[in-house]
Amino acid sequence: MPMSLWQYANPVKFMALSAKVLPWVTGLTVLTLVTGLIWGFFFTPGAVNFGTSVKIIYIHVPSAMMAINIWIMMLVTSLVWLIRRHHVSVLAAKSAALIGLTMTIIALITGMIWGQPMWGTYWAWDPRLTSFLVLFLFYLGYMALWAAVENPDTAADLTSVLCMVGSVFALLSRYAVNFWNQGLHQGASLSLDKEENVSDVYFQPLLLCLAGFVLLFVTLLLIRTRSEVRRRRVQALEMRERMADG
Amino acid sequence: MIALLIRDMRLSIRAGGGFGLGLAFFLIVTVLVPFGVGPDTAILTRIAPGILWIGALLACLLSLDRVFQLDFEDGTLDLLATAPMPMEGAVMVKALVHWLVTGLPLTLAAPLLATLLHLGAEGKFWLFVTLLIGTPALSMIGTFGAALTVGLKRGGLLLSLLVLPLYVPTLIFGAEAARRGSEGMAVTTPLLMLAGITAGAVALLPFASAAAIRINLR
Repeated sequence: MPMSLWQYANPVKFMALSAKVLPWVTGLTVLTLVTGLIWGFFFTPGAVNFGTSVKIIYIHVPSAMMAINIWIMMLVTSLVWLIRRHHVSVLAAKSAALIGLTMTIIALITGMIWGQPMWGTYWAWDPRLTSFLVLFLFYLGYMALWAAVENPDTAADLTSVLCMVGSVFALLSRYAVNFWNQGLHQGASLSLDKEENVSDVYFQPLLLCLAGFVLLFVTLLLIRTRSEVRRRRVQALEMRERMADG
Repeated sequence: MIALLIRDMRLSIRAGGGFGLGLAFFLIVTVLVPFGVGPDTAILTRIAPGILWIGALLACLLSLDRVFQLDFEDGTLDLLATAPMPMEGAVMVKALVHWLVTGLPLTLAAPLLATLLHLGAEGKFWLFVTLLIGTPALSMIGTFGAALTVGLKRGGLLLSLLVLPLYVPTLIFGAEAARRGSEGMAVTTPLLMLAGITAGAVALLPFASAAAIRINLR
């Protein structure tokens, strides 16, 4: 059989592979995050006009980035489920939702803490803040639907449809909110294709933190997806036992 | 489709509940607002378009769980699923009926209620126009939410949680257009965006709603 990514859609293969990969990813996560955060917190100067408060950037920016990217990842895995019916895929989406929700909360809270000294307020109806609040609601709805539907396959289908429709509306909200209120945030100051970025002193540890957050997400995702697969198995076993009894 | 439309219209008007309830709710919300923010005319005029939009939106939400629930319980929905008419068509009709018995009356009542909040003539006109354009989108989106939760025992609260975030863009553009209209500013951009959302929702959401119904009937 030719090698392909799809073979890991088989739960048995996925469990075997993820068991092997997990310790390495975990180690790498710890290494990157610890190095990145320590470098960021202790070995960068405070910025002009910002003071030490700038250092919260090492948590704020990566978590905000992950909050959005996790939703995109959920969209992709939901589509894979709808098209190819791979259970691992939709379980990954389910597992990712809580991580995404947590990232959104972290981004909002660190943003508030940073906003107080910088803009003089914890909260403003700035487009990005508002979009994140809306994103938070989308995550909540998605998870609530998972929790409410009993049949796992029905739940998987319904949440996938919701994820697709939700993505369109989340994007719409983003532009609507932009239109609705001009904000306090600066324009994009991080991109790989631009000449002028945040100065390298901050950029390098920040990149490391970004990588660390991505790795952290992968680690958590693997752990949670593995427990979801196991939960599915337990359910199947219980079902079989009940059938045997009855 | 027309037979289904007539049947559903009759049911929703005669069976009580939905039809008058939404309007009554809208009225009560509008009456309660001045109690909450005080009787200052200037403030009321300023927040009137937003309050009325939110009131209409909540009133819309209130009757959503009835869109499919009764038909699901007595098996009509199964018959519709096996009927030669595509499910997308049935969903369209359901959304249209929901709009006719909630969205349209709300739109007609809004200028009247706007008097209570001291909204000027121009403001009333734009409020009416934006609601007329925007409420079909509310019904379409709401029908999608109702389709997702149709099999659930107590779907009401979940329905609000699912639908309200989806209402955000419609509310923003609708209320913004109404506000700009009442203050005599240019309304073209938000109005066009609102119309775009409605058109997009009418064109695409029936497919998603029908898919959700099919999943729930399986």
